[in-house]
Amino acid sequence: MSLVLTEDQQLLKDSAKNFCQQNAPISVLRKLRDEKSERGYDEAVWQQMVELGWPGMAVAEEHGGFEFGYAGLGVVLEESGRTLVNSPLIASVLFGASLLSEAGSAEQKSALLPKVVSGELLLAVAIDEAPVHNPQHINTSARKDGDHYILDGEKSFVLDGHIANKLIIVARTEGDVESTAGVSLFLVDSDAQGLDIQRTLMVDNRNAARLTLQQVKVPVESLLGGEGAGFEALDRVLDIVRIGVAAEMLGSATEVFERIVDYLKQREQFGVQIGSFQALQHRAAEMYSELELCKSVVRAAVGALDDDSKSTEDRAKMASLAKAKLCEVSELISNEGIQMHGGIGMTDEFDIGFFIKRARAAQQFLGDAAFHRNRYASLHNF
Amino acid sequence: MTTLEAFRDSTRTWLEENCPPSMRTPMIPEEIVWGGRDVEYVNPESKLWLDRMAEKGWTCPTWPQEYGGGGLSKDEASVLKDELSRINARIALTSFGISMLGPVLLEYGTHEQKMEHIPKIVRGEIRWCQGYSEPGAGSDLASLGTKAILDGDDYIVNGSKVWTSYADKADWIFCLVRTDFEVPKHSGISFLLFDMKSEGVTTKPIQLISGSSPFCETFFDNVRVPASQLMGRLNEGWTIAKRLLQHERTMISGFGLASGQGDRGGTTSTTASLEGAAMHYRGDKERISDPVLRDQIAQFKIDSEAFAFTSQRSLEESKQGGPNATSSMLKYYGCELNKRRYELFLKAMGSQALGWEGDSFEAEELQVTREWLRSKANSIEGGTLEVQLNIVAKRVLGLPDMLSLANKK
Ligand SMILES: Cc1cc2nc3c(=O)[nH]c(=O)nc-3n(C[C@H](O)[C@H](O)[C@H](O)COP(=O)(O)OP(=O)(O)OC[C@H]3O[C@@H](n4cnc5c(N)ncnc54)[C@H](O)[C@@H]3O)c2cc1C
Ligand SMILES: Cc1cc2nc3c(=O)[nH]c(=O)nc-3n(C[C@H](O)[C@H](O)[C@H](O)COP(=O)(O)OP(=O)(O)OC[C@H]3O[C@@H](n4cnc5c(N)ncnc54)[C@H](O)[C@@H]3O)c2cc1C
Repeated sequence: MSLVLTEDQQLLKDSAKNFCQQNAPISVLRKLRDEKSERGYDEAVWQQMVELGWPGMAVAEEHGGFEFGYAGLGVVLEESGRTLVNSPLIASVLFGASLLSEAGSAEQKSALLPKVVSGELLLAVAIDEAPVHNPQHINTSARKDGDHYILDGEKSFVLDGHIANKLIIVARTEGDVESTAGVSLFLVDSDAQGLDIQRTLMVDNRNAARLTLQQVKVPVESLLGGEGAGFEALDRVLDIVRIGVAAEMLGSATEVFERIVDYLKQREQFGVQIGSFQALQHRAAEMYSELELCKSVVRAAVGALDDDSKSTEDRAKMASLAKAKLCEVSELISNEGIQMHGGIGMTDEFDIGFFIKRARAAQQFLGDAAFHRNRYASLHNF
Repeated sequence: MTTLEAFRDSTRTWLEENCPPSMRTPMIPEEIVWGGRDVEYVNPESKLWLDRMAEKGWTCPTWPQEYGGGGLSKDEASVLKDELSRINARIALTSFGISMLGPVLLEYGTHEQKMEHIPKIVRGEIRWCQGYSEPGAGSDLASLGTKAILDGDDYIVNGSKVWTSYADKADWIFCLVRTDFEVPKHSGISFLLFDMKSEGVTTKPIQLISGSSPFCETFFDNVRVPASQLMGRLNEGWTIAKRLLQHERTMISGFGLASGQGDRGGTTSTTASLEGAAMHYRGDKERISDPVLRDQIAQFKIDSEAFAFTSQRSLEESKQGGPNATSSMLKYYGCELNKRRYELFLKAMGSQALGWEGDSFEAEELQVTREWLRSKANSIEGGTLEVQLNIVAKRVLGLPDMLSLANKK
């Protein structure tokens, strides 16, 4: 497996970069925030992304996608991370469509995937119930009642929860709170009776929501995959999303680092460029090295998703490797992004603050460094 | 079948037939083959293995066949590497000739110099040492003062080197000398090759904190070196010197890579991998009972794996095959990783990693202690950690150089 992008992937990356810089620079995010945008993303930008075919990149051809693989989606996410683009690409496409592809029946897939690809349908996935990611900890219950299920429980930190048309809700049909057996996946319409969706305003201005399910009644056909057998598919898809988010984090960290280096060359104090101070040079060189490692693990992890010879466990190891490393380095670089800019780094007018906010949210999303180091160790039997 | 697959097949068959059984067991330090005129083989199969590999030029797989190398393409060489590691084959020959001098000799040497030296490097007949550092010229290598003055057809060399690894065992030296004292320091350096048996060369071993004494002080007292043994042009040795350092750094960065299956390889499972050691010395069954150590080991292994991917990517990206400024990044990171690895072995093994000698310790445990101490040199040899960071800051990131700013004012 090569760790260097193919020509096609590089072309896609260049055009994605161009698009994000031109059409979705950070000023778009700033505007969404300042105007308290209802939907939390720029619909015109999303429409253009749909026209570019991004939502269909990793979707099978028979369902209206392009089968360009996760490598394609990976480079797009990396570039959108550079300008902190808010869009349904993560929740609806990377997460929702992947879970649908992985767990859904043939009918569910052919009915819904083309609509995700065309942008008509927005999905969101609801797993976590506590402030700290733990996909096994599922308390939300689904009780069978004739040809229906009745869902009860609460979900938090649901990405794009308040704008999705359909939510995939992880609920327990049997078993203890921590057991992987008995976890089921349900497709629920956002306007279902008893489902309350509260948008939560987050520090990084990415859409998130809290769900309350009270006696939400869904037909048995809304089950994704077998009853009680949802965890395996969920776990596989969590790894896909973790890797995709790692790619996005790589883009953001790279952008911050480049801004730091530019500033070190531009800002003068004591009559010289501050980049001539060794105390800053060495920290910059260390960040550069860490970022090179990040780039390699993201390439390797995304590659593993497209490589049929890799097992689920191989991919799980790669996902935890990539997410752990990216969390750690994102924290380092986003902190230095402020520190090395001095006072101006603390100002809202200056963009660097957006990056540290997004970095922390991305770190928490689907497991932080400690979560993934623990998981990595367990997967490696120690 | 593609030609590459055919090559894999024939290589596999050849290795099956030619790699002696003991050469498929983990390397023991005493059996590492450095070659040279006075080479002694602790294990006779080491010699057999070297001779067979050298015959095919596979000790230096990508070097031109004209000079005794394997003449393999990069792809073939990586197939060979795969096949060697598939059977856990030992490295047949380790030498500074292979990792440092050879590549620059091929780039800068004359045809005659290559004909004379390369085949002997490939076959391990001549062992080389590196005469760079001096008492007054360490990180600031270009300030070196060992001088060479032309006298007829010879240079007369006077001065001294220090930290010369294996100078007492080497047959020849590649040596940086000053040939012009009137010009800026980088512009008066030349690159000489000469026999350590030349009259006027003496060496004095220095003991390391790890107890071994692999390096020396090296003295030159009116040593006569034929002018034909100058490599590259007069006073242009600095370019070659830096190029060689890139090769050296790439080689040293390899210390950051895990060996074989575990973190340090070895013959027993107790000290082969960090997690194995941590569990063994705590009597843990399924997972490391100390959560802090477990987390640190996981973090180390994540970095180590990420670093291995980065070495691989850097290889794929350097299309010309030569190392570049990223060699400094790899050197910095690889060496820090190796030091971290050994600090973790100490934590994993407790007092069993702190023995010096005697029966209370397994040979492998004593080896860990010595390796831990030796690892501290990684961020000094081949250019210190700080020097690598300076190079990354300047050459890769393009940050201004305080020293030259100061000189301008
Ligand atoms: C919340 C806040 C409140 C403040 N309140 C006040 C106030 O009440 N009154 C007031 O007068 N000021 C105030 N300041 C300004 C503050 O003192 C300056 O921001 C600070 O001195 C840094 O200067 P600078 O922002 O110009 O950064 P710069 O000096 O441009 O520094 C940029 C980066 O370069 C580094 N750097 C600079 N020189 C060197 C060197 N020689 N060696 C190594 N690294 C170097 C810095 O450490 C920093 O990381 C405040 C700042 C903040 C953020
Ligand atoms: C095991 C071992 C084997 C070796 N083998 C060889 C060999 O075979 N041949 C050979 O020629 N040499 C060899 N060396 C020597 C090695 O290359 C030098 O030790 C090294 O270049 C550092 O030089 P120094 O020891 O004089 O340290 P110094 O240059 O005096 O450095 C002392 C400290 O100051 C720091 N420092 C110096 N300059 C700067 C700067 N500009 N910015 C920031 N920090 C700085 C250094 O990083 C270091 O921490 C070997 C060394 C070791 C330890």
